[in-house]
Amino acid sequence: MPDYYSSYGVVLAVVAAGAILVAVAFTAAKLIAPHRPLPAKLTTYECGIDPVGEGWSQSQIRYYVFGFLFVIFDVEAVFLFPWARVFESLGWAAVVEMGIFIAILATGLLYAWRKGVVRWA
Amino acid sequence: MDWLDWLLLVARIVLVFFGLLISVLLYIWFERKVIADLQTRKGPMRAGPRGILVTLADGIKLFFKEGIVPTNADRRVYLLAPVLAMFPGFLAFSTIPFGTGTTLFGRKIPFQLVDLDIGILWVLAMTSIAVYGVVLAGWASGSNYPLLGAVRSTAQMISYEVAMGLSLVAVLMYSGHLSFSEIVAAQDRVWNVVPMFPAFVVYLICGIAETNRPPFDLAEAETELVAGFHTEYSGITFAMFFLGEYVSTVTVAAIGVTLFLGGWRGPAPDFLPALWPFLWFLLKVTLVIYLFVLIRGTLPRVRYDRLMAFGWKVLIPFGLVWVLITGAIVVLPAELELDRGTVLTWAAIALGATLLLSFLPIGRSQRREEVPR
Repeated sequence: MPDYYSSYGVVLAVVAAGAILVAVAFTAAKLIAPHRPLPAKLTTYECGIDPVGEGWSQSQIRYYVFGFLFVIFDVEAVFLFPWARVFESLGWAAVVEMGIFIAILATGLLYAWRKGVVRWA
Repeated sequence: MDWLDWLLLVARIVLVFFGLLISVLLYIWFERKVIADLQTRKGPMRAGPRGILVTLADGIKLFFKEGIVPTNADRRVYLLAPVLAMFPGFLAFSTIPFGTGTTLFGRKIPFQLVDLDIGILWVLAMTSIAVYGVVLAGWASGSNYPLLGAVRSTAQMISYEVAMGLSLVAVLMYSGHLSFSEIVAAQDRVWNVVPMFPAFVVYLICGIAETNRPPFDLAEAETELVAGFHTEYSGITFAMFFLGEYVSTVTVAAIGVTLFLGGWRGPAPDFLPALWPFLWFLLKVTLVIYLFVLIRGTLPRVRYDRLMAFGWKVLIPFGLVWVLITGAIVVLPAELELDRGTVLTWAAIALGATLLLSFLPIGRSQRREEVPR
């Protein structure tokens, strides 16, 4: 058990090292980079012309559907990992069971496909 | 743990950080040189011999540039996003074994920062965090181009993450371990790339898409979106996005080498036993990166609808089927009392059949939906 915690301690140390790197970079930039803000400089960049709208424009609903599909298949992956670790000792039956599980999800993907969700039009 | 252990730990972490930073410096130079070769140019020549210091010069220049926070931006999130984009590459790399290790001051030094027993899951978690950097940068900029780039890029990254997860599941099933050192240990006779070649191809494609490298760099398609999610960034924050992107690419190559190409394994003479595995690891990572650069230099950018269709209609169904085939490869030998080689041959035949079946209907439906609106 101490081994278990010490390995995550090293991960924490890596995070700390990264934080130090970021802090050093930001401080160095603050010290040596010029800072002369002008209203024109601080406007939103739109190829030189005055920006139109407030910047947070609406985007297609389609991206949102991909988000949904992602959640479904990522949860599936979460179920796959523990199974993949032990299925060899469980034998043939475990593979068939997982095949049924994947088939159900694949039917979902097929349904989304038929509904034209994956199609970009 | 006495003071010497702590000192060694700090030294290891600092060395890995520096190693990654230097590898990024060399990688960018290498990429520019190779692409210049492909286009019969000379590439960077001024800074240092053959321009090898060009990235260092660029980096130093970025430190001297003004960092602009637009008035329309959400200041705190705007500054947090580049940090979130930079961290995951380093954190994911910390679990990768890049050599066998050596003995120093009577202590065993593994060439691996930390051997997590959940290695593969850790890598997947880190690639997920990288998405936050992109989406927060786009949202916090308060500007149209970054927002569009970020939304596009997020949809792309999460789609290809699913396929990448499936290819990693196949490796996990074949070797039966989550920890990277165990996976390398399991490749002492045959590298995973031989039985798991389809998973390797899927992994490489998804790796390129995950790190937003060309031909999947839709997030920063210059002709449409200026620079995508980092349009508003300048100075040090821009440097961080750049660093993060290249560190992630090095990490993706290193993970691919560890999972599929035998990690640090390779023939080694008796002289200096700690050095050769490290050199083999470097060589393999360089070769994978060379492949990435060649792909960047030769393929045009993929159209967005084609990109998403490829991810969801080809890579993910294929990944699902491959997981089941891998299951059969692992379980069947014990059931039928055959060796894995025979089962693999049958699996290759089944794979060919699946490929044929899956490609036929797609060819037809794509012709119907050719025009994007």
